[in-house]
Amino acid sequence: MSQALTATGFMGLDSGLPRRVSLFRTMPAESVAASSSETPDQRRAAWMAAAQAGDRRAYEKVLADSVTLIRAAARRQGVAFDHVDDVVQETLLTVHRVRHTYDPGRSYDAWVTAIANRRAIDALRSHGRRDRRELHDEVAVDNHPDADDASAATESEQRAQRLHDAIGTLPPGQREAVEQLGLRERSLSEAAELTGRNTGALKVNLHRALKALRERFHGDP
Amino acid sequence: MSELPSHEALIGRLGTELVPVRRLLPPWLRTAGWLLLVVAIAGALLMHYGDAGMLRRLGGAPDLAWAALGAVITAISAAWVAFSLGVPGWRAGWAWVPLPGALLWIGASGLGCLRTWLAPDTSIATLHQSADCLVFIISFSVPLSLLLILMLRRACPLRPVLTAVMIGLASAAASASLLEICHAYDSAATDLLTHALAVALVIGVNAAMGGRLLSKA
Repeated sequence: MSQALTATGFMGLDSGLPRRVSLFRTMPAESVAASSSETPDQRRAAWMAAAQAGDRRAYEKVLADSVTLIRAAARRQGVAFDHVDDVVQETLLTVHRVRHTYDPGRSYDAWVTAIANRRAIDALRSHGRRDRRELHDEVAVDNHPDADDASAATESEQRAQRLHDAIGTLPPGQREAVEQLGLRERSLSEAAELTGRNTGALKVNLHRALKALRERFHGDP
Repeated sequence: MSELPSHEALIGRLGTELVPVRRLLPPWLRTAGWLLLVVAIAGALLMHYGDAGMLRRLGGAPDLAWAALGAVITAISAAWVAFSLGVPGWRAGWAWVPLPGALLWIGASGLGCLRTWLAPDTSIATLHQSADCLVFIISFSVPLSLLLILMLRRACPLRPVLTAVMIGLASAAASASLLEICHAYDSAATDLLTHALAVALVIGVNAAMGGRLLSKA
């Protein structure tokens, strides 16, 4: 499906675009990247315009280039550091779904940042809801016997490491199901969208993975 | 443990799924498309009722003509804002654009409330007749709102509720403009209140329902 940045590839798609973008229409992707006069925003705009016409190489470049912008937007919105990657992935998925709404005559950075801001707010709301559902008993946590127990902490780390190693040995499909549904706590539909597998396959893979892990740790069939 | 799926893996996967897409038409063009339907309805109403009554009434009461102009400006600008908000990157501040038109519409309609003092002989709508206006505005607003929502389903309104409010304002203002073609009464407090109630109802229902529909888009 890869398509070079040729005039033919763009005909009928962006007629009447501002000069700054149409300038790149007949250039190959390397020339677009190498041109020194344009700003990073203009370069990304040209890549996205090419991606809308089906240029996979330009698409992968613009998405990779967007990660920094998305991270910055998520941090500005107050997303915790360990959730920023979730926002990046959600934003990339949204960008893929709504890429037809990008107008190459306008700023790409403003377009992708607006989507990232929205996904960041969604993430904050989602985590806020989860936090409200969970019970926080600070006294119980403080009194927990493992709180300051270095050996227990080490043992816990070793257990986690063994589990990680065991997950690493699972077949790719099962590993993916555990990572998406178990570790990242994604919903079935989110995991299906992210992995490209259907929900039924994910459920079967998760079931088999859990069975294999159970056998490995407890010897239960 | 194997690495969790990196962004590169996702980007690669999205790259393999890439197909050429048809770009969304510019907001002004989609606004023009929606207005075509409004103009077609206006044409049908004019053919049915004729323009003599409307011209006589608007000529005799310039404040009504200003109110009608304000409603038309509000309909056009609110529809354009709704389509613009469907494109990520447009600032929410554009939602203020329909304000001048709406002020003209409301302000000029409000002047009509003084009519009973200034010209006591003019034909004023009774409460029952005003209810007809309510039904007219709501029944025309429903299809116009639905069409706007349909036209926005392919867009990406990141502020669905604000977009739905604009949809409600656009369709209510367009319906009020259409009402001027077959409106048999001059503006009065009862009439103004009925119009305001109809517009508020249309906007409120759109915000409640349209926001949900658009957020799934």
